[in-house]
Amino acid sequence: MGSELKSYLTGFALAVLLTAIPFVLVATRSDLPLGWILSLCAIAQAIVHLRYFLHLRWRGQKREDLQLVLFTVLVLFFLIGGTIWVLGDLATRM
Amino acid sequence: MTDSLCGNLTWDSIMLVKAWKDPNVNNLITAGAAAMIPVGALMVPLLLLWTGWWRPLFRDWLASVDHKKIGVLYIALAVVMLFRGVVEGTLMRLHHATALHGGVLSPDHFNQLFTTHGTTMIFFVAMPLITGLMNVVIPLQLGARDVAYPRLNQIGFWLTASGGFLITISLLIGQFATGGWSAYPAYTGSIFSPGVGVDYWLLSVGLSGIGSTLSGVNFAVTLYKLRAPGMTFMRMPLFLWTSLCVSILLVLIMPPLTVACITLGLDRYLGFHFYTNDLGGNLMNFINLFWMFGHPEVYILALPAYGVMSEVASTFSAKRLYGYPSIVVATMCIAVLSFLVWLHHFFTMGQSALVNAVFGIATLIIAIPTGMKVYDWLATLWRGRIRFTTPMIYLCGFLVLFVIGGLTGIILANPTIDFQVHNSLFLVAHFHNVIIPGVVFGMLAGLHYWFPKVFGFRLLESWGRTTAWLWIVGFSVTFFPLYVAGLMGMRRRAVDYADPAIQPYMIVAAIGSLILCLAFLALLGTILRSILLRKQLAVPLGDPWDARTLEWATPCPPPEYNFAVLPEVTARDAFWEAKENGTAYAPVEKYEDIHLPPPTYYGLWIGAFASVLGFAVVWHIGWLSLLGLLGSIAVPIAYALLPYREIILPAAEVQKQDEAWRCAARETDGVTRDEEAHATNRGLAKPDELEIEFAAAER
Amino acid sequence: MNSPPKLHPGLNLGPAHGDDHEAAENSIFGFWVFMMSDLVTFGMFFALYATALHATAGGPGPKDLFDLSSVAWQTGFLLVSSLTSGLALLHVKTHHHRSGAAIGPMLFWLLATVALGGLFLWREIGDFQAMAAQGALPTRSNWLSSLWALVGLHGLHVSIGMLWALVIALGVLLRGVDQRWKLTLLRWGVFWHFLDIVWIAIFSFVYLGGLR
Repeated sequence: MGSELKSYLTGFALAVLLTAIPFVLVATRSDLPLGWILSLCAIAQAIVHLRYFLHLRWRGQKREDLQLVLFTVLVLFFLIGGTIWVLGDLATRM
Repeated sequence: MTDSLCGNLTWDSIMLVKAWKDPNVNNLITAGAAAMIPVGALMVPLLLLWTGWWRPLFRDWLASVDHKKIGVLYIALAVVMLFRGVVEGTLMRLHHATALHGGVLSPDHFNQLFTTHGTTMIFFVAMPLITGLMNVVIPLQLGARDVAYPRLNQIGFWLTASGGFLITISLLIGQFATGGWSAYPAYTGSIFSPGVGVDYWLLSVGLSGIGSTLSGVNFAVTLYKLRAPGMTFMRMPLFLWTSLCVSILLVLIMPPLTVACITLGLDRYLGFHFYTNDLGGNLMNFINLFWMFGHPEVYILALPAYGVMSEVASTFSAKRLYGYPSIVVATMCIAVLSFLVWLHHFFTMGQSALVNAVFGIATLIIAIPTGMKVYDWLATLWRGRIRFTTPMIYLCGFLVLFVIGGLTGIILANPTIDFQVHNSLFLVAHFHNVIIPGVVFGMLAGLHYWFPKVFGFRLLESWGRTTAWLWIVGFSVTFFPLYVAGLMGMRRRAVDYADPAIQPYMIVAAIGSLILCLAFLALLGTILRSILLRKQLAVPLGDPWDARTLEWATPCPPPEYNFAVLPEVTARDAFWEAKENGTAYAPVEKYEDIHLPPPTYYGLWIGAFASVLGFAVVWHIGWLSLLGLLGSIAVPIAYALLPYREIILPAAEVQKQDEAWRCAARETDGVTRDEEAHATNRGLAKPDELEIEFAAAER
Repeated sequence: MNSPPKLHPGLNLGPAHGDDHEAAENSIFGFWVFMMSDLVTFGMFFALYATALHATAGGPGPKDLFDLSSVAWQTGFLLVSSLTSGLALLHVKTHHHRSGAAIGPMLFWLLATVALGGLFLWREIGDFQAMAAQGALPTRSNWLSSLWALVGLHGLHVSIGMLWALVIALGVLLRGVDQRWKLTLLRWGVFWHFLDIVWIAIFSFVYLGGLR
């Protein structure tokens, strides 16, 4: 029991931290490059959730699940990135 | 929205009433077709009652979770819908033959025809055909007892069927959309298409799309997790590789379509502004979403056909597939590249040349893996022990015609050329040239090839070959003239034309479409004639084609559990290997109890409520929509709370059935390939001298 | 060296179960595949939102409408509910051999998760009402259409997750924590965690991105 409960609590602590940082920065109207920080915190927190809550690892049987998630993310990158590129390009020409 | 009892539904919505009040040609044609629905709805139950078939129909088929039966239901649905699609296609070609300066049909009627034709053919013919074939074949080839989630499989079928119900009922009540199968707004928005047509499109496509997503999930898990012991990925038959890629494509690529349907629905029903012309709406977003689904969809349809052709080429030339790893890699390349080319469907939308060039080049790259496959198939045939059975004729037609279709695709992939022929009949000819010889020929070859496995008897070769030639000739005569007409400037989806030079081509195409009608009738004839002669054509021992993969290591038809003992796989062509070693029909030492999922009406209930929901939403009938929605939610909850009992088949019973088959196979003298199409073929193969020589040479 | 413990998403069935692990593998893997389809669905709504950022058509924009403290509350509720959902699963694991004993605490954490989901929805609906009061309905502009659709879809998922949890609670009360309900609970766990991951993207890119 110990190790798994610890995993959840570690994950929760990290998630709280990674949520607090962007909220505080936006609330205080910080001059830092917010776009980058928001994106990095979001990606980091998603990874924290996948690792500590959903236990996705490179090892063992969870590997297939992780590969699946990564492939989906790649496809999403193609589709969302492509959409923004194509429609952004169109918007500049209208 | 109205809140009366029947929503927007009135007596005049019913086509027969409309035709009675205003009997013009267009209304009469539609009413004639529509009349088949009530007649059918009356005849079928009467027939079932009279023959007493209703009980086995419900108990053994509609409640069954057996993947083979669900597969057959899918294919039956596809054949019924194919009838409608072929008739509509023929009507359009006949109309165009007379449409110089206007023809028989009104523009609105013609618009409905090409919209229903496209929607039916893609979503309710091609998709059920591939899903059905994958359902039948995947577990058998994989050495598994069923798909991963048998009940989900049933639900997927019934969602597809409820979509099919909606598009069919639109013929009788109301009318279907007029905006083409791709339903571009703003034309399909509520301002320009206020009627129920687009709503029918949204709901039928949306429901069947959810069904396809579920099938994709099911097949992906089956292929990942239920492979027989020893069946590594690189030992999977090629059809399974293509199925795996298709399943992943289905899972990841149906959502853009679902989202396109939902958002267009929000625009139409609740006044959102996703694709409207005002308040920031952007119709290009819909086009972009639709083709993010639409292009991979082409490969969802084509890849299984490539898989079938790989099996056919190797079986009917008695050789192992040439270049297996290269075809596997090519399949995966095509699957991944298919995510990167969607923009070539709208080169003319107005984006900069750089964007067009990138997507054009990505499109051209797909030709490389596809070409590789064609060479691999040719090399498989080379110096094989070739038999010109029906599937081989489809394969030959496929190799010649599909390559032509692919080449015209390469022409279209060049944005500068695409600007010239965009939205012309050249495009129509191109995609029919890819889909008919590619997808339809592949599926028909697969139907012939696997029919005996499912039903226990072969299809008649004589009729089969005639049908195959009719499809090949009919296709060529219908669609090659359209290339020319397209280059001469004839627009697609145009109801008439003004240039008399085009008319001869239209007349030839109309004749071709009649040949295609004959081909469809011949297909039905093949099946009916073979059913009548099923005793002569029976192949109970299971291996009529001297085939190579695991599905043939079972009797024809296989028992519900497929394999009495799960096979151990040691090589790529597992069954071929077993036959070479003489272990194919060897006695089994130990049998075990088999757990089977129980029959259930889960799927049927879901389908019924989904159909009610769809119909009620189309007609804005509030209370009925709510009923359908609550029903669709309540059914899964009820089934989750009900106790679930597996059927356990005792080992002794399994042993009795299996040993009977194995003994019969050991005691029967097989036939050589010379007698493949004769009545002596009972499904047991015997190598002849030529074949033994080949086998030695192959080593 | 010991083999690494088999950590299923949120739950390990425990060593006593043997073959059940394989069933769990298949069941959970399938649900992951389905969730990936759902992820693409959300992805498409994000893409629509991204292309609609400037399409406010003269209507209100992010800075006029978004309420940072309300979003922070919603984020907090959902994050804590992720933890409580995990605790519900963990209880089933550690007490699997005494199925009667596990039901009480498990139900507690399950219902706590539902309650937190309810609080989340309460704040979210409050936000929507506030927007509607300012005339920021989805019929106002393309940007508002895509905002309502994206956030609304997430809210719909949360409602489905809550309904599902209640059905599980009912099922467990009726039939005890058997193999079938354990698998259902596992799938629900994946679903609930997934919702929180999607919410990360929503609060980061939609709300904070809009307010920065």
